[in-house]
Amino acid sequence: MTTKAHVDRAMLLHLYREMRRIRVFEERCVELYQAEKIRGFLHLYDGQEAVAVGIMQALAARDAVVATYREHGQAIARGIGTDVLMAEMFGRLEGCCRGRGGSMHIFDRATRFYGGNAIVGGGLPLAIGIALADRELERDAVTACFFGEGAVDEGEFHESVNLAVLWQLPVLFVCENNLYSMGTPLEMAEAETDIHRKAACYRLPSESVDGMSPLAVLSAATRAVEHIRATGGPYFLECRTYRFRAHSMFDAQGYRTREEVALWRRRDPIPRLANWLLDNALGKAGELEAIETAIVAEMDAAVAFAERGSLEPIDALERFVTLDEVPA
Amino acid sequence: MSAAQPTRMTYREACRQALRDALNAEPRSFLMGEDVGLYGGCYAVSKGLLEEFGDRRIRDTPLSESAFVGAGIGAAIAGLRPIVEIMTCNFSLLALDQIMNSAATIPHMSGGQFAVPVVIRMATGAGRQLAAQHSHSLEGWYAHIPGLRVLAPGTVEDARYMLAPALADPNPVLLFEHIMLYNAEGEIPPDVTKVDITDARLRREGGDLSLITYGGSLPKTLEAAARLAEEGIEAAVLDLRVLRPLDEAAILATVRHTGRAVIVDEGWRSGSLAAEIGMRLMEQCFDSLKAPVARVCTREVPIPYAAHLEQAALPSVAGIVEAARGLLEAT
Repeated sequence: MTTKAHVDRAMLLHLYREMRRIRVFEERCVELYQAEKIRGFLHLYDGQEAVAVGIMQALAARDAVVATYREHGQAIARGIGTDVLMAEMFGRLEGCCRGRGGSMHIFDRATRFYGGNAIVGGGLPLAIGIALADRELERDAVTACFFGEGAVDEGEFHESVNLAVLWQLPVLFVCENNLYSMGTPLEMAEAETDIHRKAACYRLPSESVDGMSPLAVLSAATRAVEHIRATGGPYFLECRTYRFRAHSMFDAQGYRTREEVALWRRRDPIPRLANWLLDNALGKAGELEAIETAIVAEMDAAVAFAERGSLEPIDALERFVTLDEVPA
Repeated sequence: MSAAQPTRMTYREACRQALRDALNAEPRSFLMGEDVGLYGGCYAVSKGLLEEFGDRRIRDTPLSESAFVGAGIGAAIAGLRPIVEIMTCNFSLLALDQIMNSAATIPHMSGGQFAVPVVIRMATGAGRQLAAQHSHSLEGWYAHIPGLRVLAPGTVEDARYMLAPALADPNPVLLFEHIMLYNAEGEIPPDVTKVDITDARLRREGGDLSLITYGGSLPKTLEAAARLAEEGIEAAVLDLRVLRPLDEAAILATVRHTGRAVIVDEGWRSGSLAAEIGMRLMEQCFDSLKAPVARVCTREVPIPYAAHLEQAALPSVAGIVEAARGLLEAT
């Protein structure tokens, strides 16, 4: 197989725009958190954007996505509107989950986005089942399952990876290794820190990829998805990345140095791609500025949408605890 | 045999026939669990089904409770109708994360976008000297969780027919089969071809007191009622059948009629389903009560191996009779 991701100027600009949309959305979230418009836990994706954007670009509309509690990036890159996302952060009726899920539990039927799972490792068994259903119902779909390297500590990771290989299910496992499971460095949690080797020992085709490069991720994801569609079996990508900000909004970051964060910030995928576009004369004058202006307008509109959103009536509190029918 | 004859079968055969019907009627359904195929099921419920339906419909799994229960939940969300078997409810604790944090939450957390039409069957209860890691009754725990429907078939008829409506339910349903019932025989009347999964059922009429129970305690409770009748005490026996949501109307109706209630529950006493029912009686029919509500529950020990200790820990016919007599003597 020699197929590569088709990367042209339009694609590069698209990757840039998508990463930037995620970054700006989350910058707004921080401001709104400080203004107490958004509450609860807020886990920012800042630094890891290349992973979600690169992977999503390799998926088709019929594919499925399972993500974690740090899933704003996946949700935006998958195509969920920033307006309904922001309304969800505000706990509004107009939010994608009518305010019941919040930041950690984004679901969207239209894009086959199956959460937003805030139990580390909890999404992996679900991804197995979704992939099994897709295969049995002959949907020719891939389930992309995102999780952090902390999930590798969990039994559910090992059980699920084994099942995916045993049953040859179309799952793309995407491990976003940002080196810290909350405040615990990888080497304090794992005897084998080379994560893709764990997948390999389950006979799962696996590779490690530079998670700070959207092109590297896109290229690997394209290869992986192609392998999955051709064989029906799973594939494992370890994306080596870094989160620039705290684990959530309540984190003094005593577990890592400022110097380490600064070093990784130099690899920030967004300015790197911007500079590369400009250096190679691929970004026309004013083009990136125009993208920025459009993103600012989009996020202004999203915040305004959330601000004028309504509250679910208390009478509807218990609605959806059980359903009267399976949604069509 | 004429069509008007009742059908006689064991509870195990009833469970198997229910599975066979479900697999025939619902092409999206499949059975998945440890040893359900090649081995024929830990309690032989699915014996012969692999040969009949093949390995896509009867799916053996590794000993990975969390992964295969979670896979059942994921498959249900994505359009299949899985029936997941967990060998015993004791092992379901290894899958509790998926049952509680995924199956029970996703419909609500997603704002109604995703349903979880999965059925999870598991064996429950004590009585075979299997000791503390194979003998517990955890259905009361699960009945605590919003989002789940919890069923406890106590009769052959319910074992035979509860699965179909459970599978048709858009919500996750847990089905608890008591290990002491598998060999029990019972009759299904010829006109019964389905049952509901909403209502409690009065299994015996009586005006002196109400014995409220479910699952593996039902036969013991009926036997106790028969003994009480010999003493001139007429006990009504209410089989809850559905532990969540409780059929509160039926519970209140029988107790308002008799004025006395003994709740028989194989769960441990503290924080038990019996405690919940007792409290609802206090809240809603206090004025009808002629005596304090009584309970017969399992003693608060991990179920021991030795037969005499195990039996001493569990609700017994004698214990139920004694509790009933106590109520009548008190008033």
